[in-house]
Amino acid sequence: MSVSTSIQQKLNEALMPARLEVIDESHLHAGHAGARPEGESHFRVEIVSTRFAGKSRVERQRMVYKLLDIEFANGLHALSLKALTPDEDGEKKGFSTRT
Amino acid sequence: MTDAATDVRIQREIDDTSVVLFMKGTPMFPQCGFSAAVVNALSQMRVKFKGIDVLTDPSLRDGIKKFSNWPTIPQLYVKGEFVGGCDIVREMYETGELQKLLEENGVEFADPAEA
Repeated sequence: MSVSTSIQQKLNEALMPARLEVIDESHLHAGHAGARPEGESHFRVEIVSTRFAGKSRVERQRMVYKLLDIEFANGLHALSLKALTPDEDGEKKGFSTRT
Repeated sequence: MTDAATDVRIQREIDDTSVVLFMKGTPMFPQCGFSAAVVNALSQMRVKFKGIDVLTDPSLRDGIKKFSNWPTIPQLYVKGEFVGGCDIVREMYETGELQKLLEENGVEFADPAEA
């Protein structure tokens, strides 16, 4: 299974997100320390879930990191994360459409 | 197993200095884009901070991840408290929360007269 698929599966199962985007940005880091020749080392994740309500940024990111500990142990090097609640996601969208 | 000596060293670093950034490379020569982004934010705010290069010491590179329960570098500490990694610092910088946090903690800023 690709790293991308396993990230999606684990986050979907555990956090039941309203929205989930997993973007492989490994090509942007090719040749950089931590990049692997086979790719799938650097990801950007945007996830919207009610499970993040009442949690700090650090707590939210730790929740996601913990779910992906096997991936981190096996070569996942960097994960850029945006973790929002559905309310926060709505505010962001509303804001961006007004600009 | 967490290396006790490494934990003691990390604890001492974050006790001794108000703003500590565990990073790859040095503030002058960051070796990673994520570390560079945090250095950039702190420099823009003219905050006095200590950069600790984890690449010079494998036990530190591994130890800080366990110490903070955070699997990636960079990691920012203010007054002994873990603030976050690159995403969180960047977001807090953009919203002004980082400035507020630093001011509330009485962190030293460089004199604007010093260029």
